[in-house]
Amino acid sequence: MIEIKNLHKKFGKLTVLDGLDLEIKTGGIFAILGPNGSGKTTLIKSILGMVIPNKGDILFQGKSVLQEWEYRDHLNYLPQIANFPANLSVTELIQMVKDLRPKEPNEEDLIRSFDLEPFLDKKLGNLSGGTKQKVNLVLTFMFDSELIILDEPTTGLDPISLIRLKKIINDEKAKGKTILITTHIMSFVEEIADKIVFLLDGNIYFKGSVKELKEKTNQQDLEHAIAKIISGNHV
Amino acid sequence: MFKILKYSFFDLMRSRWSYVYFAFYLVLGFVLLFLNNDVDKAIITLLNIIIVLTPLIGTIFGVMYYYNSKEFTELLLAQPIKRSKIFMGQYLGISISLTLSMILGLGIPFVAYGLFRSAAIFNFSLLLLVGAFLNFIFVALAFNIALSNENKIKGFGFAILMWLFLAVIYDGVFLISLVFLNEYPLDKFSLIATMFNPIDLSRILILLKLDISALLGYTGAVFKNFFGTNMGLLTSLGILMLWVIIPVWRINRKLRKKDF
Repeated sequence: MIEIKNLHKKFGKLTVLDGLDLEIKTGGIFAILGPNGSGKTTLIKSILGMVIPNKGDILFQGKSVLQEWEYRDHLNYLPQIANFPANLSVTELIQMVKDLRPKEPNEEDLIRSFDLEPFLDKKLGNLSGGTKQKVNLVLTFMFDSELIILDEPTTGLDPISLIRLKKIINDEKAKGKTILITTHIMSFVEEIADKIVFLLDGNIYFKGSVKELKEKTNQQDLEHAIAKIISGNHV
Repeated sequence: MFKILKYSFFDLMRSRWSYVYFAFYLVLGFVLLFLNNDVDKAIITLLNIIIVLTPLIGTIFGVMYYYNSKEFTELLLAQPIKRSKIFMGQYLGISISLTLSMILGLGIPFVAYGLFRSAAIFNFSLLLLVGAFLNFIFVALAFNIALSNENKIKGFGFAILMWLFLAVIYDGVFLISLVFLNEYPLDKFSLIATMFNPIDLSRILILLKLDISALLGYTGAVFKNFFGTNMGLLTSLGILMLWVIIPVWRINRKLRKKDF
């Protein structure tokens, strides 16, 4: 599905991605992990075309995505921070995103499952952080796309919404979708991820299942396994 | 592009600041007309306010909108649309909503006063046209500055400095240079120097039309001789158009390499 070849990205003098190669096959949930500043967001944004790499290529379904935009109709993206135009209502925002994409949306079920009906006519500037994140999730999941990219999806969600989010992610996986997630919440990763892609210093340090990672680091739980990788490389 | 334009326009038209801006022009229009009791004089006073205030408001709105909608712009960038369309939609949304606030705010008092029965209607329309140009120019310049500066405070500072330079400092430097160089023929110099500042250009454009270019002294006389009045009008409008086109072109160029 996605093939990343020799990707380099520098911001000024800071090298963020340093010749990264990665292949992600169709289907399953991939957790992209790594310490702060390891290049997770840069990697995701490169796939989305928001960050323009210095060198290398990104192929999506066999075609290069650099300087292209049509391919984005085949993917859904959940940004990390939900900040919307303050004077539009929730319905208008959903309508706007619907207008921008040629695909058929299916937002009613999502609105119902996140209990957003009472907020539909409220202005976005008056919503709480958690409610905005729910709107953000509706915008992301209302289209049927092959690839779904979630940047810190759990931020600000209450436990009930979190359970619903996990269900939605698992439903999408059952439909054969490819889902990329970045998060710092290890229990969430352990629960839903099929594979882990661990970034360190702008490169892939580990790619495999949670079990393989635990075996490799000789640790009982994921949190310690990750901590061991990070400290082992920096001490 | 028009979809983005539509929604950013709706968003801005409902913002409190658009109402404040509209109300300011409304009050200003009424006060000027009833103090002066003369449409022509009101237009001259209005000119002096518009050519300083519209650039300032355009600059501030442009920079603020860019930085405030940063996260939302990221969401839009992940949709299947071209980058340039997103930013052109936002740019036009801001410029058009500001222009509308100005035209309605000033139009209502003037129409109520009986503008359509007076001969000043052409001058007044020209004033609004110039105001609209200044909106489009300064929002575009503000977007340029915001795109080149990741740091919000820095971007804001540069934008205000740019406004201060074009609205105040430029004139000062221009005048000083005229005084220092007064032994040389300065017609061409002052002509060209005026072209490089959209605020000066707008001012001269209106003054030429108001037939009070004698007030301008040297520059006005030069402009009148050089262009003749209609030619001067067209040339000035053409240059104002360039002042829109060049910054908009640079926005699109900058976007191609920008990381978000």
